Amino acid sequence: MDFIAILSIFVMACFVGYYVVWSVTPALHTPLMAVTNAISSVIIVGALIAAAAAGIGAGGAVSKWLGLLAVVLASVNIFGGFAVTARMLAMYKKKERPVPAKH
Amino acid sequence: MEHASVNPWAAFAYLVAGVCFILALRGLSSPATSQRGNRMGIIGMTIAVVTTLVTHVPGEMVEATGQLCSQMHTIAGSGPALCHDMTYAPVLVVDWSTVGLILAAIAIGAVIGLTTARRIAMTDMPQLVAAFHSLVGLAAVLVAAAAFLNPQAFGIADMVIPLIGKPFFAIYPQSRIEMGLGIAIGAITFSGSVIAFLKLNGNMGGAPILLPARHIINLTVLAAILGLVAYFTQDQSAWVFWTITILSFAIGFLLIIPIGGADMPVVVSMLNSYSGWAAAAMGFTLHNTAMIITGALVGSSGAILSYIMCKAMNRSFISVIAGGFGATAAASDGAAKVDRPWKRGSAEDAAFLMSQAEQVIIVPGYGMAVAQAQHALREMADKLKAHGVRVKYAIHPVAGRMPGHMNVLLAEANVPYDEVFELEDINGEFAQTDVAFVIGANDVTNPAAKTDKSSPIYGMPILDVENAKTVLFVKRSMGGVGYAGVDNDVFYRDNTMMLLADAKKMVEEIVKALD
Repeated sequence: MDFIAILSIFVMACFVGYYVVWSVTPALHTPLMAVTNAISSVIIVGALIAAAAAGIGAGGAVSKWLGLLAVVLASVNIFGGFAVTARMLAMYKKKERPVPAKH
Repeated sequence: MEHASVNPWAAFAYLVAGVCFILALRGLSSPATSQRGNRMGIIGMTIAVVTTLVTHVPGEMVEATGQLCSQMHTIAGSGPALCHDMTYAPVLVVDWSTVGLILAAIAIGAVIGLTTARRIAMTDMPQLVAAFHSLVGLAAVLVAAAAFLNPQAFGIADMVIPLIGKPFFAIYPQSRIEMGLGIAIGAITFSGSVIAFLKLNGNMGGAPILLPARHIINLTVLAAILGLVAYFTQDQSAWVFWTITILSFAIGFLLIIPIGGADMPVVVSMLNSYSGWAAAAMGFTLHNTAMIITGALVGSSGAILSYIMCKAMNRSFISVIAGGFGATAAASDGAAKVDRPWKRGSAEDAAFLMSQAEQVIIVPGYGMAVAQAQHALREMADKLKAHGVRVKYAIHPVAGRMPGHMNVLLAEANVPYDEVFELEDINGEFAQTDVAFVIGANDVTNPAAKTDKSSPIYGMPILDVENAKTVLFVKRSMGGVGYAGVDNDVFYRDNTMMLLADAKKMVEEIVKALD
């Protein structure tokens, strides 16, 4: 893919992000931060590539270990981030008695 | 320039992962769909990780005759297409020890992450989010460093065989810019988040630390980083790369230390945004759509949250980042004098007033979180409901230390989310309300924001608690002032009764008195 194609995806995604995030209810802003934090750990893709690469030379070997360390950090975030979001979201409950629909 | 063979199926899978992440955020538009949204996020992440694992199996392509393909390219200086031209199909010899290491790394992360997520108290959520941001930042730094040291693994370099000297890999200039920006943003996210964590966790005082000439120092360091990133395109020496890294760690630290505790919601949102841009920059380097889409989503999410927080404080983003807010508060904390008459009430008075009311609006703030009073508060609300009182909660956008902090705490205490209202939805109701019960909030109720042009909080939208028939104000003592360092006129109103005690203790006493 050339640079312009990638840049186009990026710019479009920024617009999508803008509209999607404005539609998030303020009551869920903390879970929003937790879940965005979890998904930004998609950086693990880069970490996995570095860890899986054949380590040629000294730089290659160091690169592999840096990659592995990044895999650990990113997975803490992925598992921790999604789990804590799930834990928070499970707490949001409606009133027990039926209420007339709002909006 | 030719990037390393991008498998079209893999590219498609990354795109699907990106779409899953969009749907994950979309799900958060309502608590009813939010759990489904979180699951979409998990699905997206699984797709991204599995795709990477299967397309980057560690090992070497060994040609049927036993010749290494990688050796072939080094000599020929061309891509893996050479392997496909061979009569005998190359076979992948998997490097199982590396596979084991990768799986172990994921497992270690999973154990740490899941244990932390299960054990963390909801009041500590701002610290946890700051800590998680620092991990994303550090991971971005490590990935960028790995890409710098082993560029051919990421397909971002061409081999150069000079006439004299050893052959080396020249990283594409465009990739160098992306990498330079990625490591700078990652490092700023890391050190900034560490400081935010220490401040939120109380390991470091919340008061701003002001260095002399800090604006000049910060601008110089920022300019140096940008200059070095530009220079990096001309010279891919290690010193340039590592200087960018070190300066970025330093600037992240310098940027956050002058920012006071009350501005932390903006800082946490801003670092959230940075962690996204760091992922996006690495996505550009790797030409990975999942990373770019996610980076853009997270980047805009954090930016919007910062904007909402700044607007809720009527402060410009620049003034928050410049820091120093709340410094005067810390200085005048002990000196604040109370020389105007005010009324003090007891738990019994409060219980009586509220049980006679038709509607009570509870206004929680950071003090409630500190005192862990949310469960006692819910109990109080239950008792009041049993007396036939209508109970609602009013949340100011900057109540607490991160966006939505109060909502999570109330949800934890089993307060139904349809009893919890945002500022603009409930502010008109105070005039028809018998009792406004303010617990652990201060500046967000201060009418000086509307009337006093010289006040540091002038223009900030506030909850109009003073319009209620009676205001019950739970506060530790009369001496302390809010973070903005301004006295609150509501304390001295005729319709205000001060309940001076620890928030949790006071609420528990009211619960007892309501029996």
